[in-house]
Amino acid sequence: MEYEAVIGLEVHAELCTASKVFCGCATTFGAPPNNQVCPVCLGLPGALPALNRRALEYAIAAGLALNCQIASTCQFDRKQYYYPDLPKAYQITQYHQPLCTGGCLEIMTKQGLKRVGITRIHLEEEAGKTVHAGSTGITGAQYALIDYNRCGIPLIEIVSGPDLRFPEEAKLFLEKLRSILCYLGVSDGKMEEGSLRCDANVSVRPVGEQAMGKRAEIKNLNSFRAVQAALAYEIRRQMELAASGTPLAMEEARAWDEQSGMTVYMRPKEQPHEYRYYPDPDLMPVVISSAWVEEIGRTIPELPDAKYDRYTRQWGLASHDAWLIAAEQKLAAYFEAVVESFSGNPKTVSHWVLGEFSRLLNLEKTAIDAVKIRPRDFAVLLERLAAGTVSGNTAKTVLETMFYTGQDPDTIIREQGLAQISDVQQLQELVAAVLAAHPGPVADYRAGKAKAFDYLVGQVMKATRGRANPEVVRQILIAELVPAEKPAKQ
Amino acid sequence: MLTQEEVRQVARLARLELTSEEEQLFTGQIATIVTYMGKLQELSTGDVFPTSHVLPLQNVFREDLVQTSLTQEAALANAPDREGPFFKVPPVLEDPA
Repeated sequence: MEYEAVIGLEVHAELCTASKVFCGCATTFGAPPNNQVCPVCLGLPGALPALNRRALEYAIAAGLALNCQIASTCQFDRKQYYYPDLPKAYQITQYHQPLCTGGCLEIMTKQGLKRVGITRIHLEEEAGKTVHAGSTGITGAQYALIDYNRCGIPLIEIVSGPDLRFPEEAKLFLEKLRSILCYLGVSDGKMEEGSLRCDANVSVRPVGEQAMGKRAEIKNLNSFRAVQAALAYEIRRQMELAASGTPLAMEEARAWDEQSGMTVYMRPKEQPHEYRYYPDPDLMPVVISSAWVEEIGRTIPELPDAKYDRYTRQWGLASHDAWLIAAEQKLAAYFEAVVESFSGNPKTVSHWVLGEFSRLLNLEKTAIDAVKIRPRDFAVLLERLAAGTVSGNTAKTVLETMFYTGQDPDTIIREQGLAQISDVQQLQELVAAVLAAHPGPVADYRAGKAKAFDYLVGQVMKATRGRANPEVVRQILIAELVPAEKPAKQ
Repeated sequence: MLTQEEVRQVARLARLELTSEEEQLFTGQIATIVTYMGKLQELSTGDVFPTSHVLPLQNVFREDLVQTSLTQEAALANAPDREGPFFKVPPVLEDPA
């Protein structure tokens, strides 16, 4: 029998507000432990939480960008569970009335455009951070150490519909979601710092079956790679169980073990009623007017999908290139600034931005906002290339110098004498000298060895340190060598 | 009717350790309370909107401004146990369930 997987993601994103969601403590990452805490986020008796307006607005912006309905009223609930990273013994979250519902997100899969449902988005508070001492993992620890700095940072939980079928689709969904949240400026999307992470629900069923099988929830996946690898493993595991007639009998929570490359059983999956949710009497209901929602909507910038459309339709970029640029807001802004200053084809810009420029960024691990090359200077270099002032190879050298020094291209070309030589007379003399110095290859070429031609071009380039205009050199060489046989090439 | 099994489950969720005598005792007592509260079910509430808050307040916000936190020492002052700048707690074990 053939099986298919059904995957849904619950993505947690920390909102990048300056202060926590229910108190005024700072949210700075990497502060000394227990240095950003107060009676509210430590759960001390008598403390009263008050909702951070910006956290709510950020959550609404996320909902709008993901095409959700925004609730006209919502409230907060207490989710009761005992865990030392949650000092109140309950988490303030939204259960009965989530802020956003019924949205969707589109991803480009191998099979084409796919629409993935967004079931709900709700606002809640982060828990503290636990360090399990005396072992490498949660099992076998002697004791635990807690840092409550993270406790109370605003968090949105984004729940997708059970619409994903392959690990690859889950990764695409997560990448797209991350990109959108970063564009909105509501999350920094840093999976390596844990500010974006996800739980993956997965079950398998025979192809054609509508009902869903019992699912496992893989907790706390914190990289795109982990999401894909954990799902691939878990799907294979469940399909083997199903094929051998022993499908999952109980819903369970599992953990991804990076080292062994396996998911491991943690506990039975909690049932919602076990959390004994009830409305938090400390927090008043929130009423959201449509005028307020519209106001927040106006702050939303052009999102990656719209940029992608513009790049491919108006500017003719290849689909893959357009998405690579559009996915990263800062790269997209840089790219657009170069295009704006450049009189030529935007495709030339994307070629250089994704090629040599990205190579340098990756090589030096430079963030785009720390780049020394001004977009205008980048455009000037491309103008010089288009005008034939510099060759393609020289342009790479100039770009590299610009990258490290921030100098403008004209200065570099002038000071280093890099301008391309296109002067026919000057090149004719150089070609004549090269031909005289290399009688062997000349004879080879005349004997029909086309390769010798490229060698001779290379010698002229070498003599000019790459500055000779290769096209002009070729033409002169052809003319000089023509008395013999026609070149096999050309 | 409330069962002893349900009391055991609620105790587990609340991290309370009960002897079986206590379970029996509380099963009877809680059942009495639930029955008493059940009296409210006799009221007709069809046209009453569920009330979660009694104060006529909504949209109570604070602005996104950082305020002074406790010092690390003050935060840890009443901790039953600590290690350096951390709260120290018993190992986090999963429910055997």
